[in-house]
Amino acid sequence: MLSRVADSLYWLGRYVERAENNARILDVNLQLMLDFQDGSDMTEQRQWEPIIASLEDQKLFNSLSKQFTAETVCEFVTFERENPNSIYSCLARARENARTVREYISSEMWEQINRLYLFMNSDAARQECANSSIDFYRRFVDSSHQFLGITNATLTHGEGWHFLQVGKYLERADCTSRILDLKYHILLPSGEQVGGNVDTVQWMAVLKSCSALEAYRKISVGQVIPWKVAEFLILHDSFPRSIRFCIDGLDASLHRISGCDRAHFSNEAERLSGRLCSDLDYVTIDEIFKYGLHEYLDRIQLRLIEIAGAMHKTYCEWMEPEPALQTQAQ
Amino acid sequence: MNQSNAFFSNYEVGEFYDEMFEAPGVIRSHYRKLFERFSEMGLDEFERKRALVDNTLLNQGVTFTVYSDNKGTERIFPFDLIPRIIPAKEWDHVERGLTQRIIALNLFLHDIYHEQRIVKEKIVPEEVVRSAVHFRPEFMGFNVPKDIYIHICGTDLIRDRDGNYLVLEDNGRCPSGVSYVLENRQVMKRVFPKLFARHSVRPIDDYAQELLNLLRYVAPDGNPDPTVVLLTPGIYNSAYYEHSFLARSMGIEIVVGQDLVVKNDCVYMKTTKGLKKVDVIYRRIDDDFLDPLVFRKDSMLGVPGIVNAYRKGNVNLANAIGTGVADDKVMYYFVPQMIKFYLGEEPILPNVPTYLTMFDDDRKYVLDHIPELVIKSANESGGYGMLIGPHATHEQHEKFRDAILKNPRNYVAQPVVQLSRAPAFCDGTIEGRHIDLRPYILYGEKITIIPGGLTRVALRKGSLVVNSSQGGGSKETWVVDEN
Repeated sequence: MLSRVADSLYWLGRYVERAENNARILDVNLQLMLDFQDGSDMTEQRQWEPIIASLEDQKLFNSLSKQFTAETVCEFVTFERENPNSIYSCLARARENARTVREYISSEMWEQINRLYLFMNSDAARQECANSSIDFYRRFVDSSHQFLGITNATLTHGEGWHFLQVGKYLERADCTSRILDLKYHILLPSGEQVGGNVDTVQWMAVLKSCSALEAYRKISVGQVIPWKVAEFLILHDSFPRSIRFCIDGLDASLHRISGCDRAHFSNEAERLSGRLCSDLDYVTIDEIFKYGLHEYLDRIQLRLIEIAGAMHKTYCEWMEPEPALQTQAQ
Repeated sequence: MNQSNAFFSNYEVGEFYDEMFEAPGVIRSHYRKLFERFSEMGLDEFERKRALVDNTLLNQGVTFTVYSDNKGTERIFPFDLIPRIIPAKEWDHVERGLTQRIIALNLFLHDIYHEQRIVKEKIVPEEVVRSAVHFRPEFMGFNVPKDIYIHICGTDLIRDRDGNYLVLEDNGRCPSGVSYVLENRQVMKRVFPKLFARHSVRPIDDYAQELLNLLRYVAPDGNPDPTVVLLTPGIYNSAYYEHSFLARSMGIEIVVGQDLVVKNDCVYMKTTKGLKKVDVIYRRIDDDFLDPLVFRKDSMLGVPGIVNAYRKGNVNLANAIGTGVADDKVMYYFVPQMIKFYLGEEPILPNVPTYLTMFDDDRKYVLDHIPELVIKSANESGGYGMLIGPHATHEQHEKFRDAILKNPRNYVAQPVVQLSRAPAFCDGTIEGRHIDLRPYILYGEKITIIPGGLTRVALRKGSLVVNSSQGGGSKETWVVDEN
């Protein structure tokens, strides 16, 4: 497979996942707002500012808007063209990547991503978002799931599919860690006691952002307990949005790409993903809290970046023209 | 014949050759079934189907970007749903003519890059060859695999007032548009299945397979299992959709310049498993941009060293380098003579009458008749560098007069041909619009011509310009066996 194609598939997987996660976060926050409306600007700001913080887009946001309101944040995260991480921008880039590998992916995949992009670029999308934003984000998440389903059902599960998986899982693990980190930060500034109605609802919202509330209920009856939520979202071995599950999928796909068995590694990316996999297999939630949840999640995000870098070096380094040839070409 | 058909009742045949009507109300026999089907349907149903088709094409991304607004609006290449029908007998004539022409053009290219007999025998003036912009003297004496230069050709045909097919242009470099032909057929089958059941339309689906066979056939050293790729300028090229469509249909890799690298005079593509040798390149990049080491130094699209690899015989390119010398508009004038010279035959498809301003008599005539003529510069395409005398101002006439006097080699002139018309759907009614035809010819182990080809239609009323940039659209083209 061409290195450029592998790279585009990887980014296609990432951007679709990133767009979907943005839609999830907004959806859940909009619903939360319905429960905690007291009409004050402070409440609204407290509710929406962290979203921008977790996406690490504060600077750009501040340059474009003054206030953190549902409207400004949703606009920024959904349609803002200048925001490279807005749903619109992610989709535009996903589509551009899909276009460059148009001959590789299935027509069904292309049409799904193209339709979704054309919709996001239309006045109808703004209309729908204005009329019923919750439905709008739901619909968006559904469309993204359709894309994943179509991909699984129509694309050969070969090398290219695995590059898509790598992109998807890397992005998803990253997003889950950010969602968790975000709420942890607000609610437990120093790991102190928790409880009370507000906290429970907020932690339920965290689970909902990851479509995890129902799954969580199945393994943990009763009160939603913060440390259990964290354990579930980081360490559950078979919930498809838990970090451990994502890293396992990532590691499996990396090994399938090279053909190396999973007990060994044949390149740096596999070594790093394998190590992270083992860490998550054997770490306990107590150890994580002792280490500091925020610090731990931060470390995971860094390790994900390292894996992405190593993978690029292994498979796509070719893409940069060789220095000697470059000077000749000039 | 029933003439009170809402669909065609207001149709005006006009002073042109009409593809569907012999005379007002008189339908040509090969169009009869189509006429009946459309009569049953009515304009409402037609309009519904049209909306469906437009939406399908948009979702499939069969679009070009409108650069004039910055919202990234994309438009489809307008597709007119009333097919253009060519009866088998007529097509056989066209096919024989095109076959004869491509053979002669290939013999000419071999000759011009070797002995130049045609120049020595004074059929083509030496000056014309020497001054042709796309002539590549550095390839003199170079032997291309299987001696084929133009592998893929898209010859533009038009019909005059009497319905004669004339050759307007030979596109022997990188002709585009075939994907529209193939996509349009798919769409038509979906929207008008019954129509196909009633006609025996010659199938076109094997184009991609034939193209792949041809590309494999011309591999260097007769390699039986060559790696074939399609080289594209990239996703921002207006024909990118077509490039990816063809690569997908053939199951080959589509590459951009940066995917390829030349080592030891061999071309490799950069894959996740290392470098992989490439044997045949279907390149959709003009000669000029192919190799910054040899041609344009500023080309970011090409592959440094690729020309040397080609020259060493380690990779083959389709079409060959230097075929542009044969689709120079001045050289076009000599194609009928080439056919006589190389094949000893009379041309089956004539040229449009052409004047060369480099000849004294022709120049005198042209300068005296500028307002009546179409004047074209020799090496431009896509409707650029062209003057349509009757539609132009006095000022423009004078500008071309000066240009011709300054550089007589660079211009040709032709009388205005009133292209044939066919019914097209325009703003809620059916009206006659001018059309042309671009059949696609593949020259490999054998010569294959896609039955029909791309019919382009000038959707603006009265317009003779069929280019998509100037309000042109396309039509399905059917070659129908009459029974």
